[in-house]
Amino acid sequence: MIIAVASGKGGTGKTSVAVNLAISMKSVQLLDCDVEGPNAHIFLKPRIIRQEPVYRLVPSIKEERCDYCGKCAALCRYHAILVAPKKVLVFPELCRGCGACILACPQGAIVEGRNKIGTVKEGYSDDLRIVFGELEVGEPMASPLIREVKRRIDESRDAILDAPPGTGCPMIETVKGSDFCILVTEPTPFGLHDLKMAVKVLEEMKIPYGVVINKVGIGDKKVYEYCHEKGIPILLEIPYERRIAELYSRGIPFSLEISGWSAKFQDLFKNVKELMEG
Amino acid sequence: MKQITILSGKGGTGKTTIAAAFATLAKRVVVADCDVDAPNLHILLHPEVLEARDFTGSKMAVIDGTKCIKCLACREKCPFDAITQDIRVDPFSCEGCGVCKIVCPVDAITLVDRVSGRIYISRTKYGFMVHALLNPGEANSGRLVTMVRQYAKSLAEREGIDLIINDGPPGIGCPVIASVAGVDAGLVVTEPTMSGIYDLERAIGLLRHFNIGAFVCVNMYDVNEENTNKILKFCEEKGLEVIGRIPFNPLVAEAMVNGKTIIERSPESDVAREISAMWSRILSRLSPR
Repeated sequence: MIIAVASGKGGTGKTSVAVNLAISMKSVQLLDCDVEGPNAHIFLKPRIIRQEPVYRLVPSIKEERCDYCGKCAALCRYHAILVAPKKVLVFPELCRGCGACILACPQGAIVEGRNKIGTVKEGYSDDLRIVFGELEVGEPMASPLIREVKRRIDESRDAILDAPPGTGCPMIETVKGSDFCILVTEPTPFGLHDLKMAVKVLEEMKIPYGVVINKVGIGDKKVYEYCHEKGIPILLEIPYERRIAELYSRGIPFSLEISGWSAKFQDLFKNVKELMEG
Repeated sequence: MKQITILSGKGGTGKTTIAAAFATLAKRVVVADCDVDAPNLHILLHPEVLEARDFTGSKMAVIDGTKCIKCLACREKCPFDAITQDIRVDPFSCEGCGVCKIVCPVDAITLVDRVSGRIYISRTKYGFMVHALLNPGEANSGRLVTMVRQYAKSLAEREGIDLIINDGPPGIGCPVIASVAGVDAGLVVTEPTMSGIYDLERAIGLLRHFNIGAFVCVNMYDVNEENTNKILKFCEEKGLEVIGRIPFNPLVAEAMVNGKTIIERSPESDVAREISAMWSRILSRLSPR
């Protein structure tokens, strides 16, 4: 079973929920798909056993074969190639690595080059397996790296995916193929607005979901009203407490320090399983 | 014309709270909400929409079933695994690259424009605002951000306004790069948590990568003063100016619930005072006399 933890709004507590859920369960794995700002490893301090660079395909032009016909530039949907009278320019930051230019070139003057986009690291924190990606600074495309992180899911055990914020391509790449999505929100107008956007995405993708409300005590009651109206299950509530915020700030999972929370996260996991089995 | 982008790396550090407060304080400004897949600025600034336009930033493949001979060449060659077993295009995966169209032997595939969002040009109590909404599940947020910024720029030029404030998205990927490209300065809002520090370093790295000057603001600095000191030390080592230190105050959430900026709701609060002081400092750095 694959459970994604997503949110819409950033900073609502995705990583906190994913990390505390993972360490409360036996024999699960955690994959941090927020490759632009991976934070789960800060809390889990894994022993890294493997790290691999990830590349994406970019065109490499063999100018001696090129006759500057311009077919590649005309076909490229992302404007990543510019053909001047006697020069071809490639803009790797615009390239999506689709390879259309290679197919289009009548001279065979374009071959696959590669650009490093990041690193995937794999490690263990006690028995908990952790995989996370780190996007190179300056690299725009997170999705190919997220795919590489997800490719490392060990299918023999349950997986928890920590998603990036938002509802754009990196979030979709992460939740795609998940059996369930936990949406973490906070009871504020920003939290509610972005929760609704995330719900729309999940409904279109037909992924079942439930909500965890974090920072209970700040804001208002509108998130509750929305969940009740829509019949969305509220799976867990985490209060806004100085102690939790303080542990978070130091990079310590609060379920390790405050008694009772480990059991609550185990219940959360059980709830999710029951919801999925209907 | 000067442009400043508020970014953070980590989400939820207070970018929008600060951007909205700046909009309240600025005399003549265009604000642009560049967080197109979770925009929140309108919740505080209540824009009145003057003009709305579709954003057709991308293409999508459409397969004509009457021509298709089910050879599966498209499925095999699609770099994004967007063609399903029953030869349909999965809109969540298709990036409109056109490889399928190239390899299709019977010309059964066309690329069609895809409306992936809407851009709004609006007026607020404090001036103009450009914002957008990416449809759920759409890719291409970077290009939508670029368009939002183009609209903001031409609006500013037309109205003779010489300052644009961009409220950026979290992260360091394509929409963030689109939000900072060519601006005069980035204001990185961080918080004194281990995650905040880690993501601050990456956001600063991004600004340096593109040769953009950076200021740092530590929000909720009193939540963990030890970490705040780490941030101050990091900034000192990197030669970065810490241009604001904002205390934690529940009034921020209270203002948000009331749909008001902190400057409007609690002008005498420590948070409002510190943001005002930070705004004056930023203005003086952007246009030194």
